[in-house]
Amino acid sequence: MIRSLPRSKKYDCSFNLFILLYFTFLFAPLLVTCVLAFNNSNYPSLPWQGFSLDWFFADGPDRIGLFHDSQNLRSIVTSFQTAFFVSILSVVVGTCASFLFEKENFRFKGALYFLMLAPLVIPGVILGISLLLAANYAGTYFDNTMGIDLDIFRPSFWLVVLGQFSFITTFVTLVVSARLRKFDISLEEAALNLGATPFEVIWHVTLKFLRPSLIGAGAVAFLMSFENFNTTLFLVGSEPTLPINLYLQVRDGSTPVINAVSLMLIVGTSLLALANLYFTKKEV
Amino acid sequence: MKRSRLAFWIFFAPVFLWLFLLIVLPHLELLTMSFMGENDYGDTVWTLNNYMNFFNEPVYWYTFVRTAMFAILTTFITFLLAMPVSFYIAKLARTKVQGALMIMLLLPFWVSELVRIYGWMILLRESGVLNYFMLQLGIIDKPIEMLYNDASMIMGLVYTSMLFMIVPLVSVMESLDDSLIEAAHDLGAGSFAIWRTIILPHCKPGITSGSIVVFMLALGNYLTPNLMGGKNSLWFTEQIYNQFIASFNWNQGAAFGFLLLLLSSLIIWVGLKLTGQKLGEVAS
Repeated sequence: MIRSLPRSKKYDCSFNLFILLYFTFLFAPLLVTCVLAFNNSNYPSLPWQGFSLDWFFADGPDRIGLFHDSQNLRSIVTSFQTAFFVSILSVVVGTCASFLFEKENFRFKGALYFLMLAPLVIPGVILGISLLLAANYAGTYFDNTMGIDLDIFRPSFWLVVLGQFSFITTFVTLVVSARLRKFDISLEEAALNLGATPFEVIWHVTLKFLRPSLIGAGAVAFLMSFENFNTTLFLVGSEPTLPINLYLQVRDGSTPVINAVSLMLIVGTSLLALANLYFTKKEV
Repeated sequence: MKRSRLAFWIFFAPVFLWLFLLIVLPHLELLTMSFMGENDYGDTVWTLNNYMNFFNEPVYWYTFVRTAMFAILTTFITFLLAMPVSFYIAKLARTKVQGALMIMLLLPFWVSELVRIYGWMILLRESGVLNYFMLQLGIIDKPIEMLYNDASMIMGLVYTSMLFMIVPLVSVMESLDDSLIEAAHDLGAGSFAIWRTIILPHCKPGITSGSIVVFMLALGNYLTPNLMGGKNSLWFTEQIYNQFIASFNWNQGAAFGFLLLLLSSLIIWVGLKLTGQKLGEVAS
């Protein structure tokens, strides 16, 4: 059964085989995508026509590689900008939320906590459409009553940031709260007794203690924002993020440039995820 | 320790603004919009028509029921696959290998869902990699279209949400004391009895939280049914998208959105009640 109990050879073999198949299932699509990014063919499929870096560096007119493809490059920049603002905002508000729920007591705390968890069980599509509706309503309202036409209420960059922020903050709050719960309150009391102001205490003691989880939560927020599709789909304006842009390309027929973009994404996110794992392990 | 009121408001204000402006208001707007419609003169009036349409038009509620059924099926298959894998990692793999296996499990899920689905598309489609190898090996004479059917769609859904089942399962299995299994084994219990009376009951919290997240993700998924399910995938989020973007019938779309929200909340609530858990416990 388990490590310490005797197991039959058959049991071990079949279990190992199952695990091997499972990992093949897990990695096959990624591997295929990466390999075909280097295939010297106009379609992302076999047969293998030889090794080529065209899908990264070709400069037209027959083939345009990723690094000369302005549409894809622009969407990558947009995604970076979105993820940057989303992670900053959600880490700040998420930290406030974890302080609020872990350290303060007030009426309706339970109700507010429940509300904070709600984005976990609201499908991303619903979040997207309800924000779209609300923003549209607010836009019309401002236009009708005050005569000002605000761009932020139309599908746009900032609406995407708000939409992603609205549910990613919940994840940040949960991560930071978990660490805050382990915090020894006597450290704060000691600092207060030694004459620190409450804000100095939070800044020098509590936030120092929380730093690994803040960095970790920030990285998670960045990745979640970078790959979000469902919520973004309804809020995106004239500047598509990378997942939206890729979706349009995949839907309308694919070229190996998509494989090249995917390869960069796979390498980039793996490095970020591994770095995050390495640093959070080290600091704990 | 007595904290200042100021600190409380500094934490409270951003959290309240986030939850009220981005979660509560938009969903209230979603609800009101779903009861709005135009009468014969083109004026906006309160109406139940959007909901009546849903019940009178068979294709709408058929899609709704189908989506719910397939989401449940996806959750169940994911559970069946994840159980042995997490058991292997927590109880069978050598301690040194454990960490490495865990990282390997996590890595693919950091990569955007779109990239992973795209990988499956170039594997499975008619001119895809699998067909190429099967033709070369002489297993088939003619390429088979393996994409754009329900089976491939469910496989895609299982694939994209796998991680959210495995992680909670591994963590509950790690907390299971090996000596319980050893004792049961020494007292003559067979594998089946051990699974049924020790492992499964112990894993209940992990199974619930994993199932809820996987179910939610499958139900609200747009990308996978759209790209892998083909023209007739009939997924409810697609109906919502069509109402919003294609028909520009926002009231109808809002009604659909609210029904989906209702369905997901209801099933999650039933799941929590059946297993006697609270949302807060599942989330943390």
